[in-house]
Amino acid sequence: MARIIGAITTSHVPAIGGAIARQLQHEPYWKPFFDGFVPVREWLAQARPDVVVMVYNDHGLNFFLDKMPTFAVGAAPQYRHADEGWGIPTVPPFQGNLDLSWHLIESLVGEDFDLTTCQEMLVDHAFTLPMALLWPDQNWPVTTVPVCINTVQFPLPSAARCWRLGEAIGRAVAAFPGDARVLIVGTGGLSHQLDGERAGFINKDFDLQFMQSLSADPRWATQFSIHQLVEKTGTQGVELLMWLAARAALGPAARQVHASYHIPISNTAAGLMLLEPVAS
Amino acid sequence: MSTPKPAIPGTTLFDGAQARKGYALNKMCYSFNHAGNRQAFLADEDAYCARFGLNAQQREAVRARNVLQLIAAGGNAYYLAKFAGIFGLDMQDIGAQQTGMTKDQFKARLVAARG
Repeated sequence: MARIIGAITTSHVPAIGGAIARQLQHEPYWKPFFDGFVPVREWLAQARPDVVVMVYNDHGLNFFLDKMPTFAVGAAPQYRHADEGWGIPTVPPFQGNLDLSWHLIESLVGEDFDLTTCQEMLVDHAFTLPMALLWPDQNWPVTTVPVCINTVQFPLPSAARCWRLGEAIGRAVAAFPGDARVLIVGTGGLSHQLDGERAGFINKDFDLQFMQSLSADPRWATQFSIHQLVEKTGTQGVELLMWLAARAALGPAARQVHASYHIPISNTAAGLMLLEPVAS
Repeated sequence: MSTPKPAIPGTTLFDGAQARKGYALNKMCYSFNHAGNRQAFLADEDAYCARFGLNAQQREAVRARNVLQLIAAGGNAYYLAKFAGIFGLDMQDIGAQQTGMTKDQFKARLVAARG
């Protein structure tokens, strides 16, 4: 059966795309952020995943408000990036994994998650930038399955619900025939707010507690309502939902292999974690 | 109806009420994913706004390039970012405008969050 080899959670700030395109990785502003990925890439070189399940949120590239799914799973042979309107360079397309996509869809709907399934799907910076951070040559060595969670239009799914989605993804992968080595990636956060008079809001104490919780007490953040999470982390900080789902896919116990945290990248507290499952 | 929740200062949650109010504005901003549409807006702003049926409040907020007004008119941050992109504004420009700071002041406040 397939096996989840780890989870990587990272911020996906659009400005990262500009920095990559202009090769600013070693500039003082960017170096603390990009340096965090060095040990993660070393781990990847050893761990050799062949599939990525990418838990992310679309920001108005694939989905508009005419149809806004709470949970959407890609089932396309290929996923393309495209013009997002504000100048981020596009990256090469990603190969899908139709067998795993439909297996996930069968399994998740079987566990009462009412999904939207997408046989055509554009993927935005929340998908492309983490991939480009993990594989800077952009010659993707993995197939991919996108899992998109709505954080555009409230009501959003609760933290507890996203946790259960992640658990269900973990069970589905564990029952997938073959010997695929599956990496879960969860993208977004950490604390930041782009809109309103509170723009620029960052909450370092909460972020650090949240990161610590993912190995020590992983359901900790599920105690909070979406409203509380927005209050504590900002209107976009609520993207930690993707981190929770990715962590939940690892099962009850996980070991932190790497963590880094840096303020600010653009308006955002940028976090990065690599976790491995611990057999119970 | 759900129970009203305490307001978060300086924060407008993009909920059903905002989504209803802002649909035309957000639909126009979503169209800016395409370069041709960005050019069409710049070539004839009035005609482009009229095509999407913006109401007077939305039209005025677009004319003013004012993010807080755009949010009040139902705009969503992610679609508004595509509007801001037409003018080459980044997130620190937008943050500075909304908080009444200079861009340098806004950036300094972000750095101060390191504690």
